[in-house]
Amino acid sequence: MVATPASPASPASPASSKAPVTARPLHAAPVPVARPSAADMLSVAEPVFEIADLEVYYGKFRAVRNVNMTIRKHQITAFIGPSGCGKTTVLRCMNRMNDLVAGARVGGTLRYHGVDLYDPQVSATEVRRRIGMVFQKPNPFPKSIYDNVAYGPRLSGIRDRAKLDEIVETSLRAAALWDEVKDRLRDSALGMSGGQQQRLCIARTVAVEPEVVLMDEPCSALDPIATARIEELMRELVSRFTIVIVTHNMQQAARVSDTTAFFTAELDPSADRRCGLLVEFGATSKLFSNPQDERTENYITGRFG
Amino acid sequence: MARALDLRGRGDGADRAFRGLAVGAATVVLVVLGLIAATMTRRALPVLEHMGPGFFTSTRWSPADEEFGALPFVWGTLYTAAIAIVIAVPVSLGVALFITQLAPQRLKRPLVYLVDLLAVVPSVVFGLWGILVLSPHLGRSFLTAGIILAIMIIPIITSLSREVIETTPQPEKEAAYGLGATRWEMILASVWPHSKGGLVGAVMLGLGRAMGETIAAALVIGSALGQITVDPLAPGNSMPAVIANEWGEADELHKSALIALAVLLFIITIIVNLVASSIVRRSMARTAGRRT
Ligand SMILES: Nc1ncnc2c1ncn2[C@@H]1O[C@H](COP(=O)(O)OP(=O)(O)OP(=O)(O)O)[C@@H](O)[C@H]1O
Ligand SMILES: [Mg+2]
Repeated sequence: MVATPASPASPASPASSKAPVTARPLHAAPVPVARPSAADMLSVAEPVFEIADLEVYYGKFRAVRNVNMTIRKHQITAFIGPSGCGKTTVLRCMNRMNDLVAGARVGGTLRYHGVDLYDPQVSATEVRRRIGMVFQKPNPFPKSIYDNVAYGPRLSGIRDRAKLDEIVETSLRAAALWDEVKDRLRDSALGMSGGQQQRLCIARTVAVEPEVVLMDEPCSALDPIATARIEELMRELVSRFTIVIVTHNMQQAARVSDTTAFFTAELDPSADRRCGLLVEFGATSKLFSNPQDERTENYITGRFG
Repeated sequence: MARALDLRGRGDGADRAFRGLAVGAATVVLVVLGLIAATMTRRALPVLEHMGPGFFTSTRWSPADEEFGALPFVWGTLYTAAIAIVIAVPVSLGVALFITQLAPQRLKRPLVYLVDLLAVVPSVVFGLWGILVLSPHLGRSFLTAGIILAIMIIPIITSLSREVIETTPQPEKEAAYGLGATRWEMILASVWPHSKGGLVGAVMLGLGRAMGETIAAALVIGSALGQITVDPLAPGNSMPAVIANEWGEADELHKSALIALAVLLFIITIIVNLVASSIVRRSMARTAGRRT
């Protein structure tokens, strides 16, 4: 197992990962939301992603650098930080979605269960089957609700009608959508509201039984009620999956996540452009109550600049 | 003394002038089109009076006997155009998909350029090439003409399809990729539903072009009179080809028959184009509606 190298930019991460297995978590400060079981897992859960010295280029432009973190199983990890600091970029590297951007290049290592995701032997298709993604803007297929959810399972070769029916129902239930749509599964998904479409996209992702679900600002187009439903959903789903969520909403990060990564953008002297970097990574309760870095503190207290 | 409030826009004069110009240009086009249609129809009347409905139903075309049945040429036009479409559609879609989805970035532009270049090769060049290269093997026949027409419409269908396919929004593609779709699976799930209307339109425009093509078809179709057969290797004739081949030595009634053929072709291609543009418009409206 590769240990995450300690980096000056992420002072919080090694502290928790080096804790002995039996130790209680190191929460000195009050926890914003009481979730003892998840918090207990913080230092002991199995690593899913081990990211070391990750940097991402778009052509010659280095968009983000210095990313070191370990993302653990059955946890929600939140990426926060100002616009343009590279949250989406890092997230899209985690399931090789950035392969689709011409000119995007990755440096450093990004290990998934110990396997280098960017090894030439690794198939991006296979990676994306295991690491699902929910996008900022709901993007259902122009198909029926049923076919949207059944799409992934059909790709993996499931043809049996009864089996598909079952998957569709359980996935829609998991996304808290079943009761609203069970009588109109044959209707087009495009006729749903934005919040329903986003939950459909979650159901569609859940239907392929991924190990990880990456979410890029999944609630940014939703009202507070739909947002609350999706947050609730995330707390339910995390017992089955590992979740990474990008959010601009710090309350949301504090409410739902176990671990938080704070990114910022700073002038890259070599390129004369702003380049994102990971500033601090650690238990959400700790990062919000007792940030180790001044930049984190300024950001979460609203004194960003 | 306060002046009255002046709400006349300063640009109104220029705007009116521009509108006048645009309406004028559109009117000129319509008038020219109307004049062409009127003259042609008037010149076509003698043969229609002579033949009656037989002009459209008779299979015999024999100028010496003053027998003018258009059916063999309608058949030849539709048959060669159909052969052309059957060949051109898979090739064009394949090339368009290759350019948009597979080709490495630095190959894309040269490929697009090459395809567009193919579109400007004069049709007589394709016709002569057909005589030199295809005819020794396939004779002058429906098939030879169909192949030549296919080559001529491939660039049109390819570049229209490429443009249609490229408008597939990235989020729709990522929806499929995000679930572990391969490139081909993504094309079926995202590109196809998004572009099918536009692709049908592209094919119809190619079809219109294939039906109207004169010189290349005239060179390789074989100029046989009165052939209605599905044998692709049989020599035949198409509407534009027979007009080009026979106009020179035609007497008055014969000329009238050729003009009537041209009017018929005009009507058929207009119908094809109208259907094509309505399909394209419908699919665009649907896509636009979906984005909101
Ligand atoms: N496809 C791309 N090509 C070129 N540059 C890009 C591309 N995508 C992102 N960038 C650049 O990379 C940097 C990081 O962008 P990214 O989208 O990851 O930021 P973000 O933290 O997600 O911002 P936001 O909060 O606004 O979503 C930005 O400077 C952006 O301009
Ligand atoms: Mg983003």
